[in-house]
Amino acid sequence: MAEFLMPTLGADMTEGTLIAWKKRAGDRVVKGEIIAEVDTDKAAIEVESFHTGLIERLITKPGDRIPVGTVMAIIREEGKPAGKVEVEAKTEMRPLVQVPPSPLRTTILSPAPEPGRLRISPAARQLAAELDIDPSTLQGTGPDGAIVRDDVLRSAQARGKRLEARGEEVVPPLAPRPSPMAEAAGIAADRQSRMRQTIAAAMARSKREIPHYYLSTTIDMSRAMVWLKEENLKRPVTDRLLYGVLLIKAVALALRQVPDVNALWIGNAAVQSPDIHVGVAVSLRQGGLVAPAIHHTDRQSLGELMKRFQDVVKRARAGTLRSSELSDPTITVTSLGEQGVETVFGVIYPPQVALVGFGKIVERPWVVEGQVVSRPVVTASLSADHRVTDGHRGGLFLSAVDRLLQEPVQL
Amino acid sequence: MTPPLAPDQVRQTVFRLLGEIAPEADLAAVKPDVSFRDQLDIDSIDFLNFVVSLHKQFQIDVPESDYSELATIDGCVRYLERKLAR
Repeated sequence: MAEFLMPTLGADMTEGTLIAWKKRAGDRVVKGEIIAEVDTDKAAIEVESFHTGLIERLITKPGDRIPVGTVMAIIREEGKPAGKVEVEAKTEMRPLVQVPPSPLRTTILSPAPEPGRLRISPAARQLAAELDIDPSTLQGTGPDGAIVRDDVLRSAQARGKRLEARGEEVVPPLAPRPSPMAEAAGIAADRQSRMRQTIAAAMARSKREIPHYYLSTTIDMSRAMVWLKEENLKRPVTDRLLYGVLLIKAVALALRQVPDVNALWIGNAAVQSPDIHVGVAVSLRQGGLVAPAIHHTDRQSLGELMKRFQDVVKRARAGTLRSSELSDPTITVTSLGEQGVETVFGVIYPPQVALVGFGKIVERPWVVEGQVVSRPVVTASLSADHRVTDGHRGGLFLSAVDRLLQEPVQL
Repeated sequence: MTPPLAPDQVRQTVFRLLGEIAPEADLAAVKPDVSFRDQLDIDSIDFLNFVVSLHKQFQIDVPESDYSELATIDGCVRYLERKLAR
């Protein structure tokens, strides 16, 4: 038997609210399958199971506020006898700090939700909970039938009228009700503030606990850019690659060569990760950022990686990431080149032990066989945890990234 | 055969597609002759998604070498009108 626990999805997360079970007691669940949808202060997260087996019992109910680490369900694992309950070790090993996503675009929902998922904006969900309205009874009038805040308010007002007709006391749902614009601005400002607090907690912990060291190197990107241009000519517009994907793949492959930086600091020691899950920093247009994992980054072809990159960026901005994407990154890659930045001096996300930054690709004089030529170059930087590696290993890692980018066809 | 779109319809479609990519943006405030990437904080993934949307909406191929013509709203409209007239 195994316990399915309320996971930790952020540095300041102490509890979550179960929105819905995606499985029933008696259903079979496969490891990695979504078993529940949980609301945190920042977003609704799809939580995956770490076990394969039959769901013996669902303990918590939708609407329950559940402290982190609480048993939510019991799963009878395949091939194991019933009766003995094992606490899931994986949960204990998860990173303790990740910046959760923020549904800052409050009216935007996943464009392609999974069947059966209730399409509702975070603001509407919150209001429905406050007013004790079951969202599944509402008719959505938002994009693609999504339930928006006005739908909840209409339902609350209709309910008020019905109660009034029966002579019961009616409490106005919002009194006085601000204008929709002011309301939206208030919600966005509140989320913005909570997002900043989360980032503040993670970054303050990082700077307090991690002795950072920084290295950088300038990489000639001419071969990679020529290859990319030719490659994109062969691809339909829907399959085109961005150079950022080459950088992510080069980092992932370099981690195979220098695995020391692909680790988590747990307790009092570094634990090297057997898998390479690169977290990609995604900036949210109204402020803040999130760095979801692209699982097994090193095993993806560039085309697959591009699709997954597009997908996580889209879902990060829509606030529909999955729990494993938030808890699994083993390193983070951030690229600030589009903001015109040349060099990134990154802050590591604990409990990761390294962060790789890329700046803008710029044309610079470059000496090739004694001749000065113009070349597109990018500055790659490494912020690493000195408790785990020294500059020598960090240097080897950056050299490996450089070498890999000189052979783009091998990526 | 779909009838050709009037310039206003092309412009409206461009606005709609950009609105889907940057839904919180105030499109009415966008200067049509200045790069919208900076005005709307559109990054390279957003821009690629926009190009894919144009491709799907108008059934046109947009090679990377043409991207520079799509930097502004006015540029997009001119580019699409030219492509659609062929």
